[in-house]
Amino acid sequence: MEATVALSVARYRPEQEAEPIFQTYEVPFRKDWVILDALNYIKDQLDGSLSFRWSCRMGVCGSCGMKVNRIPKLTCATFLGDFLPGPICVEPLDYFPVIRDLVVDLTDFMRKLNRVKPWIIRTAEKPLSEGEYLQTPAQLDTYTQFSMCINCMLCYSACPIYGLEPTFVGPAAIALAQRYNMDSRDQGAAERLKLLSGKDGIWECTFVGECTKVCPKNVDPAGAIQQYKLAGVADWFKSLLLPRGAR
Amino acid sequence: MDRLSCDVLVVGGGGAGLRAAIAVVETRPELRVAVISKVYPMRSHTVSAEGGAAAVIKPGDSLDEHAYDTISGGDWLCDQVAVEAFVKEAPEEMLRLEHWGCPWSREPDGHIAVRPFGGMKIERTWFAADKTGFHLLHTLFQTSLKYEAIQRYDEWFVTRLLVDEGRCQGVVAIEMATGRMEVITARAVVLCTGGCGKVFPFTTNANIKNGDGMALAYRAGAPLKDMEFVQYHPTGLPFTGILITEAARAEGGWLLNKDGYRYLQDYDLGKPEPRPVLRSMELGPRDRLSQAFVKEQEKGRTLEGPYGHYVHLDLRHLGEKLIDRKLPFVRELCLKYMNIDPVREMIPVRPVVHYMMGGISTDLHGATPLPGLYAAGEAACVSINGANRLGSNSLTEILVFGARAGKAAADFACEQQTPRPSILAQGGDEQRRIEEQFLRKTAGRERIATLRAEMQQTVEEAAGIYRTGTTLEKAAEKLHSLQERFHDVALDDRSYTFNTELTAALELSYMLDVAEAIVQSAFHRRESRGSHQRTDYPERDDRKFLTHSLVYRSAAGRPRVDYLPVTITRWPPGKRVYGR
Repeated sequence: MEATVALSVARYRPEQEAEPIFQTYEVPFRKDWVILDALNYIKDQLDGSLSFRWSCRMGVCGSCGMKVNRIPKLTCATFLGDFLPGPICVEPLDYFPVIRDLVVDLTDFMRKLNRVKPWIIRTAEKPLSEGEYLQTPAQLDTYTQFSMCINCMLCYSACPIYGLEPTFVGPAAIALAQRYNMDSRDQGAAERLKLLSGKDGIWECTFVGECTKVCPKNVDPAGAIQQYKLAGVADWFKSLLLPRGAR
Repeated sequence: MDRLSCDVLVVGGGGAGLRAAIAVVETRPELRVAVISKVYPMRSHTVSAEGGAAAVIKPGDSLDEHAYDTISGGDWLCDQVAVEAFVKEAPEEMLRLEHWGCPWSREPDGHIAVRPFGGMKIERTWFAADKTGFHLLHTLFQTSLKYEAIQRYDEWFVTRLLVDEGRCQGVVAIEMATGRMEVITARAVVLCTGGCGKVFPFTTNANIKNGDGMALAYRAGAPLKDMEFVQYHPTGLPFTGILITEAARAEGGWLLNKDGYRYLQDYDLGKPEPRPVLRSMELGPRDRLSQAFVKEQEKGRTLEGPYGHYVHLDLRHLGEKLIDRKLPFVRELCLKYMNIDPVREMIPVRPVVHYMMGGISTDLHGATPLPGLYAAGEAACVSINGANRLGSNSLTEILVFGARAGKAAADFACEQQTPRPSILAQGGDEQRRIEEQFLRKTAGRERIATLRAEMQQTVEEAAGIYRTGTTLEKAAEKLHSLQERFHDVALDDRSYTFNTELTAALELSYMLDVAEAIVQSAFHRRESRGSHQRTDYPERDDRKFLTHSLVYRSAAGRPRVDYLPVTITRWPPGKRVYGR
């Protein structure tokens, strides 16, 4: 007989039930299957009404974040075999409103993303005909790690501060702001300062560090926040006070 | 049903779509532009591209060299005017991305670094380690956020194009979170919906790549061009189909058969050298490498695993330092998905469906034959890729032709009247169709997954790396019967809130149309060229087939195939020579 494993999956269909419930499905156990493969087996073969997001199945599009046995995970990169004998509990990410089953509402994050101004800000733009802005590999290295965020939302789901204070800008957005702050081509740190050092910014973070632990791309948002707290803010305060030429 | 509206509506939020949207606001700031996508823009499949993006920037390179590599790589099916525009505008587009913050890998002195790539005679591939598409997409998306004029419809699924008075004037779409259907009118529409790899069972493509835009245009009467040309990438991981970038070979990786022999030397691709040689061996074009795999398998010199035949990609001699610096994602993917460390072990790989050379037929400005409808990126076929695309040309293509299509659509929109109110009726019709066919249907026995699997198997068997007339003929019949059976599809899910079974059904219907277009085009091209290899017509036939195929949907029966001459300017058709 083929080996199987049970998945206990959170269901919530607002047209049907007032509160989330759990539904258990028995799926074949295959060594090279990830949680997402099991969910797709359910959808294709057992119950077409189960809703979840997914796309690339290679850990880079950021769509398929869910809680697996209570821990935020990319389900395309989490193997069934790590949770034997089961049952494996699959739930939507914490702290986001649930739209349906395993699908959460990202509206709040998308707004925050805008607010940190995650684009290059410069006082003057040089024409394309003058070529690239030079950036040495060492300068590139200062922000590369923070540029690796795939917006999968695992860090928000792991962040107890975000759970308590939904206005907190949060790990991924702050790391992204820091990605631009550290980019040698950018001059926008002062513009980002107001938000980042304001009441919803970095000082909300008590350095729990859960965001960094769950990050599937080693972005280290907790590190970004610490870095900003320790060195960055002092410098940028100075830069605001001093006239441009003096920097 | 309400009517939402904008001036230019971009369908798809990947690289081409975002570039098009930015082009609209930058050239015509007075226009209202909207991006509608079935996923959040940063989920788009551009994100998965790895190796790099080609553009001439270094001394010693020239636009003509880039053009020649592209045209010979495409087995002379490229429109040379399009290629010339492409190579000329490529460097500026890439620099623009640099100015927008793309973290391109650098030389020690801070200049842009380039790497070799398959089929390219000179190093001209810009890269951001081996996550180039990811960085390119996120840079574009984040940059797009600074333009308040760009409105977004995230997670809206387009079901139909609106055509009135002979021109495209918007779409009907479902807001996935609520299930409500709306008409969104526009004075021009740009389709940037990507390719259709999911028509095949084994592909590097994401789940979202279902040929949506191709089918939408095709149903609205626009032709699809060169649909028989499907690219198999030679190095995908078995089972998952995860792409191992060509950059792995560009950095010096070897392809080995079961005897540890660099078998490409037996297929007129040059002699094995310890270090990579441009346009030679592992740096040959993708079509030739994938074909060599099949031949090698026929000779019994491949390995066999639970997911079919494979060969080895050997990176061990490159060393840990180079792998971590230039190919970190390759190492991450191998460790995570195969439990293999390429620093110490060989990677099992096999050819995998990767890219669609064909697509919605457009001119140099992304305009389709249907007025008001534009297309760019993998969804489109402007004919720079011909019968086989060179690696690292597609990321550049989405920038160059995304920008061109955006500008042209903006110009067109400025000259058009606002859509007539009567167009709303089409939205009502469409809503009834969706309700009756899917949500309120009482009968129906077919499961989506069953039909999809049968379609994928059919297309793979008939329109794989090698094809033959009889199999294609049978596949056409099979697809026709699958179309019939699709009418009998039944959903488990009849709800409105985020109904992904409904969208999967709509995607399947798009794929069935696209599959028919591929098979029909492949059946009629009785020659072998680039990625289209007919065992019953093994030679290239320039006399009859130096032409683009155009496939039109017909109301009943088989799709109609027509032809269009290839534009040749300075590079007359010649023999493709690699390794010599």
